[in-house]
Amino acid sequence: MVLSPADKTNVKSTWDKIGGHAGEYGGEALERTFASFPTTKTYFPHFDLSHGSAQVKAHGKKVADALTNAVAHMDDLPGALSALSDLHAYKLRVDPVNFKLLSHCLLVTLACHHPAEFTPAVHASLDKFFSAVSTVLTSKYR
Amino acid sequence: MSLTKAERTVILSMWDKISTQAEAIGTQALERLFASYPQTKTYFPHFDLHPGSAHLRVHGAKVVAALGEAVKSIDNIGGALAKLSELHAYILRVDPVNFKLLSHCLLVTVASHFPADFTADAHTAWDKFLSIVSCVLTEKYR
Repeated sequence: MVLSPADKTNVKSTWDKIGGHAGEYGGEALERTFASFPTTKTYFPHFDLSHGSAQVKAHGKKVADALTNAVAHMDDLPGALSALSDLHAYKLRVDPVNFKLLSHCLLVTLACHHPAEFTPAVHASLDKFFSAVSTVLTSKYR
Repeated sequence: MSLTKAERTVILSMWDKISTQAEAIGTQALERLFASYPQTKTYFPHFDLHPGSAHLRVHGAKVVAALGEAVKSIDNIGGALAKLSELHAYILRVDPVNFKLLSHCLLVTVASHFPADFTADAHTAWDKFLSIVSCVLTEKYR
């Protein structure tokens, strides 16, 4: 699966629209993930996962920053995400299924906050982008 | 995800044996697929799906032959299966979930035919190989 020029445009313009809210949305997406898919909580036994938790907010910002970096390097995701890919492969070992769940929650969060921009075409581009990122993050598992 | 040298060697050496029973293995994998996962039958309304049917034997042979092409070009599976990739993307549109199901059934079939060869390492090699093939066949979907 390859991101078309139109996909890249859609992702970039969405990210521009998000602006400084990326961190906040990252936190919200995580909260949605833990609420809808409680199995994902097993990866965070060391976190306070209650609503409004500072740890979740901080982690949401980390995830968002990594995605912002990915947006800036859409032509070389493996390169840009290499260190994160190693981290997920050798330390975190998050089951690949969970990337789909978080991606879904990111899309829902974006749709909630930017309904007008979240057209079917933009939705599809973002979904492809998150798929591409997920693939890179699980590419070194074996 | 890519195949290590060792994994390539395993696949190439096992392929010699597998290709001598191509039709039997392909047919059995499909029979297992339709038996364990009846929803996959929806892609074959035009087939006689009774075990041993001519349709199944011909199609099973086709599937294994295509895998053979991928094995022959194991360093460029994308190139070898480009046409099949387009077929699946624009005409067949098999939901990607089903590739995992067929891969599973192929592994079970190969394991049952060659138990001595199907070590844990061989299993991993074949699972990775079929994952790569599945990725190639679904990469042009969108």
